[in-house]
Amino acid sequence: MRQIKKTPARQEVRQTQTSGGDFVDKLHAYRDLHAHALFSSLGRLAASKFTSIMTITVLAIAISLASGFYLLVANLQQLTGNLETSNRISLFLKDNVSAAKASKFADSIRKKADVQEVKLITKDQALKEFQTYSGFGSAINALEKNPLPIVLEVIPQNILEDRQEFENLLENFRQEPDVDFAQMDMQWVKRLQSFMDMARRGGMLLSVLLGVGVLFITGNTIRLELYNRREEVVIAKLVGATNAFIRRPFLYSGFWIGFFSGVAAWFIVTIMMLILRQSVEKLSELYDGAFHMLFLSFTETLAMLFISSLLSISGSWIVVSFQLQQLKPE
Amino acid sequence: MLKFENVSKYYPDAGDVLLNVSFYLKHGEMAFVTGHSGAGKSTLLKLIAIIERCSRGQIWLDGQNLNQAKERQIPFLRRKVGLIFQDYKLLQDRTVFDNIALPLVIAGYGHPEIARRVRASLDKVGLLGKEKKYPPSLSGGEQQRVGIARAVVNKPPMILADEPTGNLDPELSAEIMLLFEQFQQVGVTVLIASHDILLVTKMNRRVLKLDHGQLVAS
Repeated sequence: MRQIKKTPARQEVRQTQTSGGDFVDKLHAYRDLHAHALFSSLGRLAASKFTSIMTITVLAIAISLASGFYLLVANLQQLTGNLETSNRISLFLKDNVSAAKASKFADSIRKKADVQEVKLITKDQALKEFQTYSGFGSAINALEKNPLPIVLEVIPQNILEDRQEFENLLENFRQEPDVDFAQMDMQWVKRLQSFMDMARRGGMLLSVLLGVGVLFITGNTIRLELYNRREEVVIAKLVGATNAFIRRPFLYSGFWIGFFSGVAAWFIVTIMMLILRQSVEKLSELYDGAFHMLFLSFTETLAMLFISSLLSISGSWIVVSFQLQQLKPE
Repeated sequence: MLKFENVSKYYPDAGDVLLNVSFYLKHGEMAFVTGHSGAGKSTLLKLIAIIERCSRGQIWLDGQNLNQAKERQIPFLRRKVGLIFQDYKLLQDRTVFDNIALPLVIAGYGHPEIARRVRASLDKVGLLGKEKKYPPSLSGGEQQRVGIARAVVNKPPMILADEPTGNLDPELSAEIMLLFEQFQQVGVTVLIASHDILLVTKMNRRVLKLDHGQLVAS
């Protein structure tokens, strides 16, 4: 495939640092060297199947733990994302307030400048909703009297911008004689969000730890490979190999280990998600079907493969560089 | 080509293995290093290949002071020296071709050039046609020829051989020596460490005699 014409090699110059034919030929040789390292390292990986499979499995589990946790957080985040819009105030009216009075009260609130919208939920509506979504439908039927209060759902004006105003509004509602109980839905959303934040940070820490694990596991595997091939390394050094030349095949080994571990981790995560999907979707149905499970996206998969390969290459690089310092010919 | 100036090598557990060794090898000269075992022959060769560094003194190889060579320059300096070992140091799981090609692959030659040079090198040592064989299937003499082919394939200005005939019978040894003479005739500087006095005398070349680390005759 290489059709580079050699310059007539009349000048058989003594070979030193800059030896090796013309530039294009050297470039081709360099490419061949990399291609050879790429495939021979793959070959060696295949030759020691048992060790390779063990290493890759351990790495895949570590990587899938990290990315699985990431996916879990992403899914929960999506769930809380839906809730974020529900920054409303629920007013639970006293039991003795009639439907007509409640409606009048709703009108009066609607006129307030800082209120955007008021929704009246009658006792019957509340009961119907409860029956549909709670799963206690038949139990409710057994009740003689509807125990649910009339609820006014108030959506305030620009509530996120001024918290103080929001608090004031809430306090005003609490003073109203007909209001039994005023609740801000924001509060638990906020709590959930801070919990999610914690989970995300925890996931990050976990990922860093597992990443360091990947680094060391690959490093150790490469150290063993280097040990098995030390005779070859010594001979290469004796005939003038640079450290970069010796390092190259090991870096490719590291690359393959990381890459295959990433691929295996993708399968592990995806299979786990598929197993979970059925039950999650059943749960989602109960919540209006607003939730759809997130899988690893194309970009996320690429990122996972990239990171796992990079970590493994780094692990190999550290180990080989360190060992080459120690390893002198003889 | 090679200059030793008051070179000493000290090992903490063995003391002075080389002491105040000075000599000079001209371009294209062929010489032997002799002495009893432990006299410092191998150490002397190791210093030239920068496998070890000297404790005192100066060594010049091809105009370069080896004491000043930085770690990253060592590979390139080693490419100026073809090394030949008593135990051949061949890769058992690679073909003869691949073994000989190694220095060229390391130096970054393209494949057509590598193939051409390996064949030329095999031709010189009389092993043409054996490039697809593996070292274990070759005789000792043939393996040493592969080792020599590998040492000269990159056309180094100097060849260093450490007991190259140590594992061979006299007849094969003589053949190997003949090969070294041929290289010397085309301008390569050759330095051979050997304790085989008979063989060395027969060659009738310059002899550097070491005794307990000191150069007693050159």
